[in-house]
Amino acid sequence: MEALTQRTKQVDRRPMTLLERIYLWNIFKGMLITFSHFFKKRATVKYPEQTRPFSPVFRGLHVLNRDEEGRERCTACGLCAVACPAEAITMEAAERLPGEENLYREEKYAARYEINMLRCIFCGLCEEACPKDAIYLSETFAPANYSRRSFIYGKNDMVIPHPVTDKEGFDMAKGLIEKKKKKS
Amino acid sequence: MEWEFILEKLLLITAVVTVSLVVAMYATYVERKFAGFIQDRYGPDRAGPFGLLQPLADGLKLFFKEEVIPSNSNKILFVLGPCLAMLTAMMTSAVIPWSSPIEVNGKTVPLQVADINIGILYVFGVVSVGVYGMMIGGWASNNKFSLMAALRGASQAISYELALGLSLIAVLMISGSLSLRVITEQQVTGMWNIVYQPLGFMIFLVCALAECNRAPFDLPEAESELNFGYHQEYSSMKLGFFLFAEYINMFISCALIATVYLGGYDMPFVDETTLSVSTAAIVGAAALFSKTFLLILLFMWIRWTLPRFRYDQLMNLGWKSLIPLALVNMLVTGAVILWTMKG
Repeated sequence: MEALTQRTKQVDRRPMTLLERIYLWNIFKGMLITFSHFFKKRATVKYPEQTRPFSPVFRGLHVLNRDEEGRERCTACGLCAVACPAEAITMEAAERLPGEENLYREEKYAARYEINMLRCIFCGLCEEACPKDAIYLSETFAPANYSRRSFIYGKNDMVIPHPVTDKEGFDMAKGLIEKKKKKS
Repeated sequence: MEWEFILEKLLLITAVVTVSLVVAMYATYVERKFAGFIQDRYGPDRAGPFGLLQPLADGLKLFFKEEVIPSNSNKILFVLGPCLAMLTAMMTSAVIPWSSPIEVNGKTVPLQVADINIGILYVFGVVSVGVYGMMIGGWASNNKFSLMAALRGASQAISYELALGLSLIAVLMISGSLSLRVITEQQVTGMWNIVYQPLGFMIFLVCALAECNRAPFDLPEAESELNFGYHQEYSSMKLGFFLFAEYINMFISCALIATVYLGGYDMPFVDETTLSVSTAAIVGAAALFSKTFLLILLFMWIRWTLPRFRYDQLMNLGWKSLIPLALVNMLVTGAVILWTMKG
């Protein structure tokens, strides 16, 4: 029968020679091999200080977007919640009152917008479903916390910084400028 | 006079015990670093600079762990097991001469806790008692896996002690004394014993690995594959004692190998008689410790290179290879000594 791969290797079943039966020479060779690994490149990425670059399509924690004037883009249409296969998104809509035009872009907005990060599978379907470019998946990941309740992210956790009052934060969240390295 | 002697010995004991503890503590660190480097990793590097505080963190962790004594265990024996392991590990260091004697107030003080004329026999006696720590620990746990592991460990220790003793007899025939100080002094003036006894040295090294339960002979304590061995039921610092005793054992047996075969506190290419007494002592201690550390590194290197022996292979190697080899070595040594004495 034809072999499935070309990687088959004939096992040497000859009885061991005296040199092999003494073990010591082979042990010595093995020790040389392990010693050579002292000078090899380490595979470790020292995580909190070093991070590996993400691909541009990486899907991390969600952010809720603002437009250039700092108004929230979300109009609470609920398409993201419908698209979500894990049913992780909950929202409550509210009507924009007169005088709140600088806060919300459309007449309707999300008064409450919650994503359960323990349910979320980071598939990015919410991002694709959104007609208003309001929700994006960022490059932040691996949230850690002490309680299950705190994994339910609200608007406070997700809305990106205001572009006028906090220009730098906004640009950073948008990925326009490099994230500053955390000073250790 | 009498209290001076007691004070001197007390100081020595404290120093030796402290040094063994510190060395054993940092041996764990070096071991993990070594393993890391061999496996293309960094090893512990989070606690303190280069992870130097890691042993302290490990010890602290063990102290804070919950202390579980199984309800069906024999409680006295359960506590006695790790104590015995630790005690015997420390006791062996008593007869090792750490350096040439120093002079304090015109009095010669040997840097050795007890220069007894049966030094090597004492070591063997204490090491044999060490097996009881293992046995008692495994037995008192009232757990069949622990018991099996303890039996495994005990039979391994007993088998390899034979070859260990036989390989040492050849050295004793050359030196004509059981006192470690005499053996060392002979090597300081003459050649190291490894020159006369290369085969004996190899056998002793292999047996020492087995006695310390280190890879490739670490069957008594294979963590995942054989259910963690005889200390399976132990937790907290009692487990720590078992693990720690092993590292002390390793340190002491490396010091013993260095003393018996590698010239003890003899610094190669340096004539100690030309130095002043205290300089010679410092140089001697440095020589012994560097030899010991190199041997410890060798032990670690072997551990992270070789896979574990199967149990039947272990027994075959011990009984069918090492003991006959040691016997032949002994016979040849005896014949050569007779031959040279005649001539």
